[in-house]
Amino acid sequence: MYSFKPSEEQQMLIDALKRYAMDDLRAAARDAEEEGQLPIELVEKGWELGYLQASIPEDYDGFGERSAVTGVLAAEELAYGDLAGALAVMTPGLFATPILLVGSEAQKKAYIPPVIEMEWKPFTAALMEQKFDFDPNDLTTTAAIDGDSVVINGEKSYVPYADGAEAMLIYANLAGATQGFIVPAGTEGVVVGERQKLLGLNALPFYTVRFENVRVPLENRLGGADGHDFAPILAASNVALAAMAIGVSNAALDYAVEYAKDRDVFGMKVAQKQAIAFMIAEMGTAIEAIRLLVWEAAWMIDGGNPEASKQAYLALSGAMDAAMMVTDRAVQILGGHGYIREHPVEMWMRSGRGFATFNGLAIV
Amino acid sequence: MIDFETPKPIVQLNTVVETVAVNMMRTVSREMDENEHTVPWDFINFMHTAVKSMGGTSMAPDADKPDDAKKEKRPSIGFQRLGHMVEMLAWGDAGMYLCIPGGMLGSAAVAAAGTPEQKKRFLSRFMGDKPVFDGMAMTEPQAGSDTSAIRATAVLDNDTNEWILNGEKIFVTAGQKALVESDGFVVVWATIDPEAGRAGMRSFVVEAGTPGCKVTKQEHKLGIRASDTVSVVFQDCRIPFENILGSPTVEKTTKGFKGAMATFDATRPIIAAQAVGIARATLELLKEILAENGVEIRYGLPRQKLTSIERDVIEMEVMLRSAWLLTLEALWMADNKLHNPKEASMAKVYAGDIVVKITQKAVEILGPLGYSRELLLEKWFRDAKITDLYEGTGQINRLVVARNMLGYRGSQLR
Ligand SMILES: Cc1cc2nc3c(=O)[nH]c(=O)nc-3n(C[C@H](O)[C@H](O)[C@H](O)COP(=O)(O)OP(=O)(O)OC[C@H]3O[C@@H](n4cnc5c(N)ncnc54)[C@H](O)[C@@H]3O)c2cc1C
Repeated sequence: MYSFKPSEEQQMLIDALKRYAMDDLRAAARDAEEEGQLPIELVEKGWELGYLQASIPEDYDGFGERSAVTGVLAAEELAYGDLAGALAVMTPGLFATPILLVGSEAQKKAYIPPVIEMEWKPFTAALMEQKFDFDPNDLTTTAAIDGDSVVINGEKSYVPYADGAEAMLIYANLAGATQGFIVPAGTEGVVVGERQKLLGLNALPFYTVRFENVRVPLENRLGGADGHDFAPILAASNVALAAMAIGVSNAALDYAVEYAKDRDVFGMKVAQKQAIAFMIAEMGTAIEAIRLLVWEAAWMIDGGNPEASKQAYLALSGAMDAAMMVTDRAVQILGGHGYIREHPVEMWMRSGRGFATFNGLAIV
Repeated sequence: MIDFETPKPIVQLNTVVETVAVNMMRTVSREMDENEHTVPWDFINFMHTAVKSMGGTSMAPDADKPDDAKKEKRPSIGFQRLGHMVEMLAWGDAGMYLCIPGGMLGSAAVAAAGTPEQKKRFLSRFMGDKPVFDGMAMTEPQAGSDTSAIRATAVLDNDTNEWILNGEKIFVTAGQKALVESDGFVVVWATIDPEAGRAGMRSFVVEAGTPGCKVTKQEHKLGIRASDTVSVVFQDCRIPFENILGSPTVEKTTKGFKGAMATFDATRPIIAAQAVGIARATLELLKEILAENGVEIRYGLPRQKLTSIERDVIEMEVMLRSAWLLTLEALWMADNKLHNPKEASMAKVYAGDIVVKITQKAVEILGPLGYSRELLLEKWFRDAKITDLYEGTGQINRLVVARNMLGYRGSQLR
């Protein structure tokens, strides 16, 4: 039976996250972007809302169950407030959720509770690499099994909070397959590079990380000695990012709508000009259409549908284009004022461009 | 709870409708297109018997007839079912779909606005032995999108208690079949008070064979050629007083007109479903031919590694699926009695856009094959465009969406 309505429980979560996203994340977003830093109390407050904790079963000290549908609803709401802040709050999930999804029982027991029991701590993951045609299924960073340990070599980029990370999930190419490895803090050969300077997301600290003959025990291979399937992790990341692209788009749309209804031109409101009103109609339409695609992909993930990975890929593909289109138009609707950093739309336009690049920066 | 599971009864019906589309529509699709103004009687007779045996007077959900859902206290799925059916029939042939007896806009208007007597009088004919058709006549030579500009008049003759209609209507879908080839009817929009603007507009049922009502022209079209599109002239055409739908007096409100517009909230997603059906047919054939030629679509790769054709096909899949979901959402809202003018128009805007893009791109990609009449692709390219034109052009539906988003009245954004 079709239904397009979140459950009551989901709605409560959405409402709580929306308040935080607006009152806290949005309120702090511009300063954080300019100063290159998110106040830790801000991230901590979002963490305490317990979205990740609620997606972990009691067996691992959580108080709920993972649902990709709930996840995309939450991710969209947070990103509506501010993308950098949302990613920061969700960063520990980059470490914990893949372990929950494909980790061995021992790994779940050992690694998940410390993440969710503590206050927000920089548990993170390293997937991306600095090359133009980066492909999560064809990594340059390599892993080689050597007796009962694994040796990792290569260089990662866009690793959030790598500096001072408690532990890291690093993805490497093992005989052609992307495999995750748990790398605790202080492991020898892990060299955190300079903080990266990017087009957007300046509030979030991203680093390059070099792995020089990094040796971890074979039992740190995600999923245990036989490893794991990478597809569910990538699908969970693709829908998360797609949902966040929708959140950013919707933020830009709402801002542009308010502005256009207020601004006078030629004796009427900007919004009364068809050239503007039609853009707004198309922005709203694209957002709603692609949002449903994201929901469906998440729903397929939850149902174990074999086509879920493909659908998640399609959802992100649609969402990245929608985000660029919508955020660009939001700037256009504000005219020259949209170009000025007093308004958030230029920041959202920079965020919007990122969804074609971001890989594995969020997961639900 | 968010759920994308197609309801079981719809899945079952879909299988049946697909058989019809494959065996009765696709088989004659080309022939019907090449021979404009021939009527697909085999298909029509078959559909007439089929719809009758299912116990329906038409395909549209009937508010008065308790369906199974109501008995079991489940939410109604009538519009969702209709949307699925139309999508599949348009996948078969969008022009032939429009030839299905008894399921068009005229009967929808009677079902929505008619009294119980009117419904009995006008709708029972669809249950007879022979297929009967209906149409809706709003558009005039000088009034298309701007429906407030219609000039057809209806004047009450108090002596005979008859309405006298005068005016010309154009682009009446299935008008020929409704007025000439069967004992059907057309619902005609006219004003009972030219001074009153929209408040004076009413709809009237004009039955086949009424003196003074004449089909004067059949159009030759870019696509959907199996469907007739006609002009109808009314010259002192007298119809009984009881043929008016809604109130016979002019109140100084536009309630009656708004009521007419509200039927669009249900019909626009149906047009969107047509668009999606054509788009799906196109994408399926495109992928089939690409596969035969050894072109594999490598889902999951970054765009930098994809070929241009792969990028196009993936983009088409995104557009097709998201358009269908948007359509389903609008239909689901209609079934759940949620106010949906914004979503209905969004679905129409978006589906009308994507079917045009998809069909145009598919003809481009398949080069000499795409452009050739050997395949149906070029036909779908022609058929597709109508979904962005009728039931409100893309622009008119953008206005509706924008007004709803901005909280504007028609006068604030025109
Ligand atoms: C095959 C076919 C079947 C049809 N079936 C029926 C039927 O059964 N019954 C019926 O009554 N009608 C029917 N129509 C008519 C159809 O609904 C109209 O053609 C349509 O509403 C547009 O009207 P128009 O052609 O007069 O274009 P116009 O209204 O003249 O529009 C011309 C252009 O101006 C744009 N435009 C108009 N107003 C605005 C505005 N306010 N802002 C911005 N742009 C605007 C339009 O989008 C369009 O691009 C049918 C048409 C066709 C082609």
